[in-house]
Amino acid sequence: MSNHQENSYFGGLFSGIKSLAIGLYTTMRELFVKKITQEYPENRAELKMFDRFRGSLIMPHNENNEHKCISCHLCEKACPNDTIKVIDEVIEVDGKKKKILGVYEYNLGKCMFCMLCTQACPQDAIEFDQSFENAVFDRNVLNMRLNAEGSKCVERKPAPKPAPAKPVTAQSETTATPAPATATANEVKSESPTPEPVVTPKSETSADKEN
Amino acid sequence: MFDFSIVTQWIHSFLLTTLGLPEWLTILTESVLVALVIITLYAIFAIVLIYMERKVCAAFQCRLGPNRVGKWGLLQVFSDVFKMLQKEIIKMRNSDRFLHDLAPYFMVAASMITFACLPWNKGAHMLDFNIGIFFILAISSVSVVGILLAGWGSNSKYPLIGAMRSGAQIISYELSIGLTMLTVVAMTGTMQISEIVEQQYEEGWNLFRGHIPAIIAFIIYLIAGNAECNRGPFDLPEGESELTAGYHTEYSGMHFGYFYLAEYLNLFITAGIATTVFLGGWSPLHIPSFDGFNHIMDMVPGAVWFIGKTMFVVFLLMWERWSFPRLRIDQILTLEWKYLMPISLVNLLLMATLVAFGLHF
Repeated sequence: MSNHQENSYFGGLFSGIKSLAIGLYTTMRELFVKKITQEYPENRAELKMFDRFRGSLIMPHNENNEHKCISCHLCEKACPNDTIKVIDEVIEVDGKKKKILGVYEYNLGKCMFCMLCTQACPQDAIEFDQSFENAVFDRNVLNMRLNAEGSKCVERKPAPKPAPAKPVTAQSETTATPAPATATANEVKSESPTPEPVVTPKSETSADKEN
Repeated sequence: MFDFSIVTQWIHSFLLTTLGLPEWLTILTESVLVALVIITLYAIFAIVLIYMERKVCAAFQCRLGPNRVGKWGLLQVFSDVFKMLQKEIIKMRNSDRFLHDLAPYFMVAASMITFACLPWNKGAHMLDFNIGIFFILAISSVSVVGILLAGWGSNSKYPLIGAMRSGAQIISYELSIGLTMLTVVAMTGTMQISEIVEQQYEEGWNLFRGHIPAIIAFIIYLIAGNAECNRGPFDLPEGESELTAGYHTEYSGMHFGYFYLAEYLNLFITAGIATTVFLGGWSPLHIPSFDGFNHIMDMVPGAVWFIGKTMFVVFLLMWERWSFPRLRIDQILTLEWKYLMPISLVNLLLMATLVAFGLHF
């Protein structure tokens, strides 16, 4: 019905007037709603950024000055800008050498807030907060150390929960590379006959964890 | 109502008899004084309108508008004007220098002369003679010459296209404006602006006197008026997405400032003419047989009424501007030639019938 009406002269005229009136009503209503402009320096106290805002990278510490970083270097590898530098420290526990996090360096000036590092982190040790006032006068201030002085990694006393359910993966952590390689190869075999591309990244990461 | 002609007559007699100046020198002095007043008012209203436009536009878009320079951003426009005064006027090698420099003065002169026709108060008319409406229509069209000269003199493709569009648009919408004016003139029986307002003071505003055809004419005037100012949905002569800035692309410094000034003053003038012709100029709001109310309304000076009503119409024009998206050139011409002009003609016929049978108030 409307097609014929809008093609006719008077039908088009009246439907046009109606739609213009709706437009005028809409803008007039907009005139009286509360304005959404943020007056920034004045509303500093009550200004709250939204949850997914990427302010700057932080490493949360709990009340015992413990972080979750296991110094796996995945974030450092994921970073496209070389923003993150993880410096290890080797200590001896019960006569065995163990690698822990020494200094976690983060250069805010290089960061492009792509969030690839937090996605790469297997322990959720790093995250972005909502602080956005990052301007400083000296560039060196932007080189930050994220782990607090004298902090250490959280001790995970019980074994990981999936361990009894999947003995293959639990074993793979302790034993050398061939075990996960075969495990994944078995999974992928049905789809692709050559397991090499799947094997190589896996072995690389596990090699990282070891050295 | 306070009659402003008392003041002007006092100045006249003061110059003529007390100072003993000859007749020609008296008139020359008065002309210079009036010119100064016009230029001052012109500048003041430009500043007020630019500020108002920015605030109203912001409010329509759910923003706050300028609020940092001075209290509530009141000094923003002053600083903008000051900045523009400092800017260099760039001389381009391949432009037609004479026409290029002349064009902004055409714009400003046309809008200033039209500005002088507005009735500010009882007895405060600067230009007032028996073909007033006709004169306004004629002189306000001179700005088309300025726009075309600006487009041609710049020797650049964007200004030229913008000027051509603008010429086509303004000449088209001039018809609607002329016909709506004729509609009112058919009712008032006079073209003299002071008489039109005087009549409305005694018998009520034309918008109410002429009821249906007057309201239709008022709405058509508001649409065509925005097109005349190159504003609102009809701003494709300067459509920045296609033509950078249209006919004033190549201008800089205060020459650009003149175009800017003239644009805002044309808005005020369009609203002022609408006020004069439809809303009773300086005449206060009168409701028949409410003598006490009418008496109180008479206490408010005429200039306040005029400026208040004009600002109201300016607000309506801004509302229109910030509500609708820009039209294409063929849509603009379709709107004018297939809708507004036929409706105006029928409306004129309706008004003539009303006047012939005495059906208006």
